Amino acid sequence: MKIKRALRVWQRHFTVYRKLYMSSIALNFVEPVLYLVAFGFGLGGYISEVEGKPYINFIAPGIIASSSMFATIYECTYGTYVRIFFQKTFDAILATPVNIDDLIAGELIWGATKSMLYGIIIVGTISAFRLVDSPLVVLVIPVLFLSGLIFAQISLVCVALVPGVDSLNYFYTLFLSPMFLLSGIFFPLDNLPAFVGKVAWFTPLYHLTNVCRAFAAGSPGNALEGAVWIIVVVILLAPFPFRLMKRRIIR
Amino acid sequence: MEIITAKDLIKDYNGFRAVDGVSFSIVKGECFGFLGPNGAGKTTIMRIIHCFLPPTGGEVRVLGYDVTKEPSLIKARMGVMPQDDSLDPDLSVIQNLVVYGRYFDMPKKKTVPLARELLASVGLTDKMKANIRELSGGMKRSLLLARSIVNDPDVIILDEPTTGLDPHSRQMVWKRLEDLKRQGKTLLLTTHYMEEAERLCDRVAIMDRGKIIVIASPRDLMDEHGGNLEAVYLTLTGRKLED
Repeated sequence: MKIKRALRVWQRHFTVYRKLYMSSIALNFVEPVLYLVAFGFGLGGYISEVEGKPYINFIAPGIIASSSMFATIYECTYGTYVRIFFQKTFDAILATPVNIDDLIAGELIWGATKSMLYGIIIVGTISAFRLVDSPLVVLVIPVLFLSGLIFAQISLVCVALVPGVDSLNYFYTLFLSPMFLLSGIFFPLDNLPAFVGKVAWFTPLYHLTNVCRAFAAGSPGNALEGAVWIIVVVILLAPFPFRLMKRRIIR
Repeated sequence: MEIITAKDLIKDYNGFRAVDGVSFSIVKGECFGFLGPNGAGKTTIMRIIHCFLPPTGGEVRVLGYDVTKEPSLIKARMGVMPQDDSLDPDLSVIQNLVVYGRYFDMPKKKTVPLARELLASVGLTDKMKANIRELSGGMKRSLLLARSIVNDPDVIILDEPTTGLDPHSRQMVWKRLEDLKRQGKTLLLTTHYMEEAERLCDRVAIMDRGKIIVIASPRDLMDEHGGNLEAVYLTLTGRKLED
């Protein structure tokens, strides 16, 4: 794998993205803000405080995490699937000096970049509405890149394994939605049966949410466990997208 | 000088032998054709030569390099016009060429004027900014051909370059290929059109069920077996080319 060639793939995605970014940002921006407004103000009206904060302040940092996750997962599941099987973009790129490992690395780095990009938008938005306590919230940005790598890795593994594009729905319903609901974004997991917390501990969104919340509260010490978890998992998952995608593409 | 050599090449897909021990060598400046019906193994050989598929057995060397060891060095000097439309629908016509050049580390300063020139040569100047979806089938083939020579390759692989084209567009592509041949490029093409092979190829390999039956010039084949290439194919394999 050569990082320079991987960045050529990244550059292709960025060129495409720049053409469409207004509509794309708008779409990815509207949804998290809707969550914030609907839950923060709607549900928040009935809830006095969670963990000593107004409800909207409690959920705001978690929206950074979920927004970045959705951006990457859609890009690297549906987006990558279309590029491979419908648009034959991979076939075209693989006829150039770019090899399959470079191409997969490029997809992963691009996926991680999108996580960072969409996370930054939410960091900006909730800061503008004064929903964070500390400027340390900007420290989530590098972590978003790493957690973005995990979301991209999981997505590519999924693309490599599904028999068809419709099967991606299983991934969304059986993995993405439960992870989203049990990430601790909308309610602390303490009141649920203990095993729920144990299951959540194995999901990246749970840790990313903790990291976002810790930095937003100005207590970076609480971000440590999550950050370490994320780094370790990026490394553990590293070989799988390469191995499985190779098997899928080069028949 | 030999540009491409294959020795006892074998390719299996899940127990099915798509290419069954073929050997050939192609010299610089030659136009070499693989002729045979669908499923004969032509496309598989092309894909092995442009380092997409690894061979199951045997050895393939291109420009002196082993396809399994130095794919990037080979691909840097190779152009590929695939059978399928693999144009990037997320990019405009000219961007398709410029972004493609980037994969070869070509600077924009060089690729933009080159892309304009290539588009002019295939009559797509008016469509420069157009979306890929607005192009007709013939225009897409022309753009694929233009894209395959962005990096000024020494070897060009053309997988059924004119399949599905109307007679006029086919003539256009043939003229372009003859130009490339005059420039000294080595061309490697697959086809199931006799006329195409007769007009363009210096030598053809006639393939059937993963094997090469004969390699010779179209002229020699027709002299020896009589009639056109179609008849030659029928004599040699006992089957029609369209089967």
